[in-house]
Amino acid sequence: MNMRRFFALFSARNREFLRDRTALAWNIILPVLLVIGFAFAFSTDSVDLFKVGLFNSQAAGQKPSFLETRHIHFIKVDELQPAITKVEQHQLDMLLDLNRNRYWINESSANGYILERLLQGSGDHLQKQTVSGDAIRYVDWLIPGILAMNMMFSSLFGVGYVIVRYRKNGVLKRLKATPLTAFEFLAAQITSRLWLIVLLTSCVFFGTDLFVDFRMYGSYLDLLLVLIVGTISLISVGLLVAARMSSEEAANGLLNLISWPMMLLSGVWFSLEGSHPLAIALSQLLPLTHLIDAARAIMIDGAGLADVSPQLLILGAMSVIFLLISAWTFRWE
Amino acid sequence: MLEIHNLKKYFDDVKAVDGISLTIERGRCFGLLGPNGAGKTTTVEMLEGILTPTSGEIRYKNQPLGPHFRNEVGIMFQHTALQEFITVREILHLFKQFYNQSKSIDELIESCALDEFLDRDTRKLSGGQRQRLLLAIALINDPEIIFLDEPTTGLDPQSRRNFWQLLKEIKSQQKTIILTTHYMEEAHELCDELAIMDHGHIIAQGTPRALLAEHFNSSVITLPIDELPNELTQIDGSDILRSEGFAEIVSNDINKTIRFLIKQQISLNNLQVRSRTLEDLFIKLTGHELRQ
Repeated sequence: MNMRRFFALFSARNREFLRDRTALAWNIILPVLLVIGFAFAFSTDSVDLFKVGLFNSQAAGQKPSFLETRHIHFIKVDELQPAITKVEQHQLDMLLDLNRNRYWINESSANGYILERLLQGSGDHLQKQTVSGDAIRYVDWLIPGILAMNMMFSSLFGVGYVIVRYRKNGVLKRLKATPLTAFEFLAAQITSRLWLIVLLTSCVFFGTDLFVDFRMYGSYLDLLLVLIVGTISLISVGLLVAARMSSEEAANGLLNLISWPMMLLSGVWFSLEGSHPLAIALSQLLPLTHLIDAARAIMIDGAGLADVSPQLLILGAMSVIFLLISAWTFRWE
Repeated sequence: MLEIHNLKKYFDDVKAVDGISLTIERGRCFGLLGPNGAGKTTTVEMLEGILTPTSGEIRYKNQPLGPHFRNEVGIMFQHTALQEFITVREILHLFKQFYNQSKSIDELIESCALDEFLDRDTRKLSGGQRQRLLLAIALINDPEIIFLDEPTTGLDPQSRRNFWQLLKEIKSQQKTIILTTHYMEEAHELCDELAIMDHGHIIAQGTPRALLAEHFNSSVITLPIDELPNELTQIDGSDILRSEGFAEIVSNDINKTIRFLIKQQISLNNLQVRSRTLEDLFIKLTGHELRQ
């Protein structure tokens, strides 16, 4: 790769983006407004929905009559320790172990207190276990989702749509007539968008933290690594769309077709816990899901790189596959 | 400099270029003329290495087109957009970085008269300014061969003449130029040699003078229509064409025609005689109809 040509194009693309004030403002203002809006809308410490985890839900014997209580969302859990952590963080209001007849609540949780009174009133006799821990506000949980969603739109439309526009209006044809190679062109597009997203997301991250003071228990460097790997995977999806298309309208439709399911199924706004198994399976095919899961684990649970390595590996593998297909199918015209 | 042998380009059932052969000498300005859809742009884009021919051979300096060709060629496309939010000066620096060798930016700014709008966004250029910038980009690598695809289409007459002046200066540097155009006056002004294309074939080729000599041995006499009696429809076997207030008489012998007009006591006060032009040749060879 000729670095002189690469940096010339990289620098031109940066200028093009940073001077487009409308697009730049939109990239910064939208996530900030969403975060602040949700911080006010959900300014209480928890969402007002009773969520009870059920461990060993297939246990033999008589089921507690508490399980027949209406307006409680019972969620099956497969592993005990992560479920206890969720009780600590107020993500679950109560956890029941049906095999060993015990339950966990967080002493500081109002919902936990009410559910305990309901459990006692139902006549079931389970052994109480208590945990403690600060509640995760909805906004703490939401921040990684909103930032990742903003990165997704910036990656898909900032690379995919722009390349299709370049192809349609003849910019790519003009570049093809120079000694510039397709690899140099694509590398410059990816790198330019990657660093701009890292820069803007960092600004939004620290800017909104001033207003909302959200939870960040993990390492900033780990989060940066997740941000970079996740962004590359999302950009590679954008490149896949842009590899051959020359119609802006069709590209816009396809990019929306990709981005909307990602926004709804990747856990940006709400947890998919307890959702239909098909929805959960589909969500695992989307890079945004793994990006958000890894970011939340670092920010909320204080997870390290080893803990999020499965997500990093999946994002890395998706990036390699999508980039190879894009490079192989790319056409200047 | 450039040799083309039996070049063909088919798009499904459409034979856009159907077996053309050409030799273009170094330092010449070669014009490719033809109506819309004749195959000019397809031919030029194959020569530029942008389109892959269906069959045939293109040789540049006795070699097939290779990676070195991209470094030595300058191209001005018919339709080109440039990156947005970038100034003229920045776009010149961007393209300069793509090549192993390049001309001085200052020299290009001066020769293409870009200094008035150097710091202007590429989106805010007028038609003439835009064409001058595109020409500067085509020249940035100091190319040996330059392709110009309808470079003055859409320009006003003043801008077009300014642009011709730029091209004449490039010609004077012994660069090889391949030009497609709809304007016969432009071809006459700039080209040393012409090929006229229609339906994917070359139907005539040679210097402008040789082509006119080959196809015409007549001149055209023009008179105001009021000067000729209506019943006069032919002179010496040639039809009189009447349009827009003037009558045109195609004459193989000017003296004989003028003697006839004097004998008929027709006033010659507003008589004009002109030689046949490339426009006449173009219409003769390709027909009158407008094609898209």
